[in-house]
Amino acid sequence: MAEDASRISAAAGIEPIIEAKGLSQGQIVRKRFLGHSGAIIGLVVFAFIFVLAFTSVGYLGIPGWWKYTHEEVSPLVNDGAPTLSLWPLAWGEHPFGQDRIGRDVFAMTMRGAQQSITIMIVIGLIAGLIGVVVGAISGYFRGWAEAVLMRLTDVIIIIPALLLAAVMAALAGRRDQGSWFASFASTNGVLALGIFLGLISWVSLARLMRGEFLSLREREFVDAARISGASNARIIFKHILPNAVGVLIVNVTLTMSAAILTETALSYLGVGVKAPDTSLGLLISQNQQAFATRPWLFWFPGMFIVLICLSINFIGDGLRDAFDPRQKKFNAKKAKDHGGPAVQASAGTGLDASAPGDPRHEGFRPGGPADGTQGP
Amino acid sequence: MVTYIFRRLVTAALILLGASYFVYLLTAASGDPLEEFRASNSPQKQQLMDARTELLQLDTPAPLRYFKWFGGAVQCLVPFANSCDLGKNIAGQPITEALGFALVQTLTLVTAATVLAILIGITLGIITALRQYSTLDYGVTFMAFLFFSLPIFWVAVLLKEFGAIGFNNFLRNPDVPLPAALGIGVVVGAITAVAAGGPMRRRLLAGGVAFAFVAAVLIYFSATEWFKAPGLGPVVIAIAGAGIAFAVTLLSAGLKNRKALQSALIAVGVGVVLYFLLQPLLNEATFVMIVLLAVAFVLIGMGIGYLVGGYDRGQSMRAAGITSFLVGVLILLDRYMQAWPSYFNNSRVRGRPIATIGASTPNIQGDFWVLGLDSFTHLILPTLALILISLASYTRFTRASMLEIMNMDYIRTARAKGLSERTVIMRHAFRNALIPIATIVAFDIGALIGGAVITETVFSVRGMGFLFLDGIAHTDPNPVMGVFICVAITAMVFNLIADLAYSALDPRVRVKA
Repeated sequence: MAEDASRISAAAGIEPIIEAKGLSQGQIVRKRFLGHSGAIIGLVVFAFIFVLAFTSVGYLGIPGWWKYTHEEVSPLVNDGAPTLSLWPLAWGEHPFGQDRIGRDVFAMTMRGAQQSITIMIVIGLIAGLIGVVVGAISGYFRGWAEAVLMRLTDVIIIIPALLLAAVMAALAGRRDQGSWFASFASTNGVLALGIFLGLISWVSLARLMRGEFLSLREREFVDAARISGASNARIIFKHILPNAVGVLIVNVTLTMSAAILTETALSYLGVGVKAPDTSLGLLISQNQQAFATRPWLFWFPGMFIVLICLSINFIGDGLRDAFDPRQKKFNAKKAKDHGGPAVQASAGTGLDASAPGDPRHEGFRPGGPADGTQGP
Repeated sequence: MVTYIFRRLVTAALILLGASYFVYLLTAASGDPLEEFRASNSPQKQQLMDARTELLQLDTPAPLRYFKWFGGAVQCLVPFANSCDLGKNIAGQPITEALGFALVQTLTLVTAATVLAILIGITLGIITALRQYSTLDYGVTFMAFLFFSLPIFWVAVLLKEFGAIGFNNFLRNPDVPLPAALGIGVVVGAITAVAAGGPMRRRLLAGGVAFAFVAAVLIYFSATEWFKAPGLGPVVIAIAGAGIAFAVTLLSAGLKNRKALQSALIAVGVGVVLYFLLQPLLNEATFVMIVLLAVAFVLIGMGIGYLVGGYDRGQSMRAAGITSFLVGVLILLDRYMQAWPSYFNNSRVRGRPIATIGASTPNIQGDFWVLGLDSFTHLILPTLALILISLASYTRFTRASMLEIMNMDYIRTARAKGLSERTVIMRHAFRNALIPIATIVAFDIGALIGGAVITETVFSVRGMGFLFLDGIAHTDPNPVMGVFICVAITAMVFNLIADLAYSALDPRVRVKA
């Protein structure tokens, strides 16, 4: 693709992309991403939180190195105030303090961060997978498949996430009812919540992917592949998907950062993760009344939400700059639609308005209002 | 065009039908409405259960009950028949009534927040696009990412703590100590210096002026106890008005257009005179009167512009009209400030003006101004929270759109033919950058009505979000369906409007017939 683009643009009289010389697509993207300091800082911060959260209190039954768990009650030290001090750097007995009954806030926050990250990844995977499949099928095959799938997308996009989460919470609460789903949801509450949210957050991704496929399937290299006898599956996976992967990755990242906020918001409203398990949103919801007396119960979980979400957003921003889907598409389109340098000047004014004039593809609004939940 | 709209509407109706059926089943499946009675051991347990079963028609299974509900809901489509029936909620109140109440609450909460977020966000986006890769740009970008990552309930609790409780404590004894005044001055000065741009000398000068001004004003306010009895007075209105006149002229006509500047300044003068004339009238204010006065101010400004004239009458009229309107806003603000002491000492408020819950003080009594202040003090915190959260996407979006436009060839052409930078930006770039923004604004206005579920929960506003959440909590499908239908219909209609607006604003995009 990079070769493809640079060759075409050079032929069409646009300055050749100098940084692309002799490098593969992956190398260019990696180079640009590593040059984006915000994204690198985001990546480091996220990796640190990830390792800290998953090693400290243990995961899936594997014990961690931290001496307390999120459910364990221990006697109050120093009336529960945080023992963390930055100068001299000391960890102390309860670095983030304790709550009213003596549970360790560090352990609870780490557990909550685990939950948020798990949900985020589950949502990212499921939404990405369904979004790609639906977008690819409707964009590539068109016809009735597109009509059906896009109407389905329209239906799902207006169903409020809050309602689905409430249904899930109710099902998870009925442990005794015996359906396989109820028993699964009651033991793996977080996973079930992630799957449920993933099943509704693929819609914007599917629309974007459809758009990508619609434009890519008209390109010459797809015609060439078809003439040389490639099957539909081969064209989709080998020829079109690699060219759409930039848009995909960027928007999956942004869906994931929105997913964290959705999860915390749902837990805050009492329909997400439920006690005795804990999550960052639930911690804030439980402790907001104690703000005046024990503010640390409130600060640390909130800080972790912001840090995780911020680092993911920065990573997404770096990826977007690295892939720079709009820029690439624009050049290629210019070259394709108006083959020679003579018409370049008028091409720049955007005769094909759908490509340049729509920065919505920037994807800074990964669905859902600013309020954090999608809905009602 | 008509075919297109018709087809879209039919599709929307079908989608709505499918989605509403699904939502109904989900709500019904989300719990057991009789649960609270099952656990109780009161003697009339069976009666209570029967009454609720009767009320919610629980003896019909949910997939069929939907069609009963649908039968009532369809009657809403018959105009003027007044037979709209969306069922009753668990307390026996008709949903149409509950929706009406909730809608008013929600719209008062979110309208101001959305409008302000759009205005501030677009402004910031344009400024950062014009100063791409400056400190200001990086700062605003970072803030945008930060705000975008904030959970709103967290922000809301913080605002409650510092904005309401802290600020109320401050208002009880409004005394800004000297270090605090200097500190605030330094912060404002630093922000001004970063925002000013240009060479270092100019930045430092701007920052220094801002610092001195803010610190001096704060010290003056503290000394005169201004916070207890705030007000602007004619002198401040005149000075601020002159500043507005320059700024508006700069943006709308350019300072070279002396006639426009003259008419804007005359409009300020007339405004100051009107300030004295209007005071007795404003004491009897009603809402309609304020609206009429606003229209009158705009008309007066335009009249001044017309009389001053010049080679381009339209520009003078525009500059003077906008200036005059803004001076009117200042006068309004001053009158609200005059009402502050009586609000502050109101027996219901008891010196804690910034409220953390609800939409108004219960049983408060007072004139137009006191009631206005009351809803203002209740709205300020949720509005602030919503603005912070939704500002980010507008800023980023506008910046991207504006950068895109600034790289277009017609901008180069405009510069090449010698137009001033103001004309290039305001006439050629800004208007085109607004086209994609218009569509997302339409989307967001469509989404307005759904309210802000979390904000409403945190601040205990009984709006649409509250109704929805309450319905889910009680496994009561009727309010959930009511809210869902309202939200879905507005969202779909505004989506259609957004698409049509796009093709109207940008003739290169045509709707498919």
